[in-house]
Amino acid sequence: MPGKHFRGGVHPREEKKGTSHKPIEEAPLPKQVVIPLLQHIGAPGECLVQKGDSVRTGQPLSKPVKFVSVPVHASITGKVTAVEPRPHPLGASLLSVVIEGDGTEDRIETLKTSDDWQLLSVEEIRDRIRDAGIAGLGGASFPTHVKISPPPEKPIRVLILNGAECEPYLTADHRLMLEKADGILTGLRILMKVLNVRRAVIGIEKNKPDAISLMRSKTEKDRTIGVAPLHVKYPQGGEKQLIKAVTGLTVPSGGLPMDVGCLVQNVGTAFSIYEAVCFRKPLFERIVTVTGPGVVESKNLRVRIGTLFSDLIAFCGGYSDETVKVINGGPMMGIAQHTDGVPVLKGTSGILVLDEKSGRMKPESPCISCARCVDGCPMNLMPNRIAGLVEYGRWKDAVGIGLTDCIECGSCAYICPAKRNLVHYIKLGKALNTESMAADGGKK
Amino acid sequence: MTLSIITALGMVGCLGVFFAILLAIASKVFSVPKDTRVGEVEAVLPNVNCGACGAPGCAGFAEGVVHGKYPANACVPGGAEVAKAVAQILGSEVIDKEPRVAVVRCAGDKDKALQRAVYSGVRQCKAATLIQNGAKGCVYGCLGFGDCVEACPFDAMVMLENGLPHVFEDKCTGCGMCVKACPRGIMELMPRSQKVFVACVSKDFGKAVKSVCSVGCIGCSLCANPKTTANGAITMDGKIPVVHYDLVKDPWADLEKAVRTCPSKSFGVRGPVPEPAAAAPVPEETAA
Ligand code: SF4
Ligand code: SF4
Ligand code: SF4
Repeated sequence: MPGKHFRGGVHPREEKKGTSHKPIEEAPLPKQVVIPLLQHIGAPGECLVQKGDSVRTGQPLSKPVKFVSVPVHASITGKVTAVEPRPHPLGASLLSVVIEGDGTEDRIETLKTSDDWQLLSVEEIRDRIRDAGIAGLGGASFPTHVKISPPPEKPIRVLILNGAECEPYLTADHRLMLEKADGILTGLRILMKVLNVRRAVIGIEKNKPDAISLMRSKTEKDRTIGVAPLHVKYPQGGEKQLIKAVTGLTVPSGGLPMDVGCLVQNVGTAFSIYEAVCFRKPLFERIVTVTGPGVVESKNLRVRIGTLFSDLIAFCGGYSDETVKVINGGPMMGIAQHTDGVPVLKGTSGILVLDEKSGRMKPESPCISCARCVDGCPMNLMPNRIAGLVEYGRWKDAVGIGLTDCIECGSCAYICPAKRNLVHYIKLGKALNTESMAADGGKK
Repeated sequence: MTLSIITALGMVGCLGVFFAILLAIASKVFSVPKDTRVGEVEAVLPNVNCGACGAPGCAGFAEGVVHGKYPANACVPGGAEVAKAVAQILGSEVIDKEPRVAVVRCAGDKDKALQRAVYSGVRQCKAATLIQNGAKGCVYGCLGFGDCVEACPFDAMVMLENGLPHVFEDKCTGCGMCVKACPRGIMELMPRSQKVFVACVSKDFGKAVKSVCSVGCIGCSLCANPKTTANGAITMDGKIPVVHYDLVKDPWADLEKAVRTCPSKSFGVRGPVPEPAAAAPVPEETAA
């Protein structure tokens, strides 16, 4: 029987064999880290340190100024050598704190034993989560304390823990589930308490049978937590697709999961929540899969936030000869980098290094109207139409047929035999739309 | 048989007469007075529908200008002539506008500026800025996909082989559509009577610029030095020098020294560069 699923989607090669059996390894303490103040969706915090300051591991470097904002923390012990714009994996250079490590490790006080979280109030838990700087570790990096504060008129009924990890190549969440199952489950229970929900489901793709059986055995006695084996299909881990697969509910166009009483959290986020609430440990390290045919040895690593890609790739044996492309994230949604001097962020789940053969791009050619993209789109859109309209400047019409509903999963561009840059056109249309909305808003 | 034909004809005839009368009355009762000036204005406009005035096409402008929504001289391609004609129709005064021309404020072509990655995405400048802020080493420089060329309603621009756009000044009307189209703010309108402009918009300094482009402005401010340029015709705005055209009396003589002093050759000169008075290197021509 196939696992639960949604309409549409594609079946890219999984390519997870290289790392799925490799235990998480501790990456060496980096000599230098670059920590951008903005690593989440929302406003960057206000910088608290300046050049020359000594910092300890875990010390906050910024203080949130708005509600939708989280602090960032020093991930190594040493001296601040610069506060300046540095290349950021998501695009332009952004203000970052550069710390030169002194080789020692002097952590700020964290709790040694797990604080009994059951005794904490909901507000206290939320504050701890915010102060630890937690923003979705799955990739989108939305500040978690905001996500778990839904308005009272939209109560959450089902909490879904996202262990789908549908991006090819990546295995960070898979390894975390195998090695830190208890922590993840505690994180999940903390979330259930904050949101006051009595039902949680852990969604895991069926290509991780070991994780499914482990989670099943650990939750056997707990009737409030279920495990849902999911059909192996991309983008199973998309928020809306996961909700559809697990609960059968459809999030309305332009709506949020809370509109149907659901909330999705990534397993990595749940584990960080556990550490933040029980040990008051800020988010300064995460699991990153460094993989791909362009790197000598693929690994799952526990990495300090701010470690440069180049350091991690060197630790994995360096580049194989014909490396052509370094991608922040997976092959479907990740963004190719122009330099390996960019840091790991809170939302960096993988670094994919492609070689000449796997990274080759065929030239774009005209649409042959095969409609494969329409069949593959998990959001029921017509990517060919939308992209065509945007290409000729008619993005306003494209908005009318669902441009803004696109989750940029890349299924359409993956399946297109004409190699149309569908997602890029859609991104362009969205950017133009946002710009024009901002301009209209300015006039009013 | 004949009878039914006659009846039918008669009926239709009567109906025809009845509706004709009805229409005649209606046209009198419901008539809307139309401003005849709208038609007159439309007749003198260039009718290229470029949109530079802000109206959706020439008809929209004619309608709007009559109702005072746009100034009489808002039609850029029409220039002084059309402005005068429109003003005459409306019985208002004309304010003369200095004719302007578009220039490309980036000289980092394929040979001079570094490319930091292979780009295989959508071939539009705006789209290229969305992926890692473009594949060009300089994040301020021209991306070379010609959004500006595409936007020009007068066919006054082409994309050159070297990866930079070129303006045919005889065709350019100064409508400014290219300025709006460029995501990098590289296209600019300057007075037609002037000769010299700063052909770089990079906000980076010295080494950061030099490492990606051989003709980028390094922000040394030599050109803004009173010894180079008299009466403050060039000042520094942050990093980039600004030419104050209202203070320039002789478009070439006043600025020649700045053009020749610039160590990175970041000035652009429209038209032929006059013979140097002293033996100094001749700067590159960026806009012919
Ligand atoms: S249109 Fe958007 S949501 Fe649909 S397949 Fe393409 S990227 Fe995914
Ligand atoms: S998959 Fe590609 S070729 Fe086929 S309809 Fe979609 S855009 Fe056109
Ligand atoms: S001037 Fe601007 S719009 Fe024109 S090609 Fe260069 S970047 Fe593109």
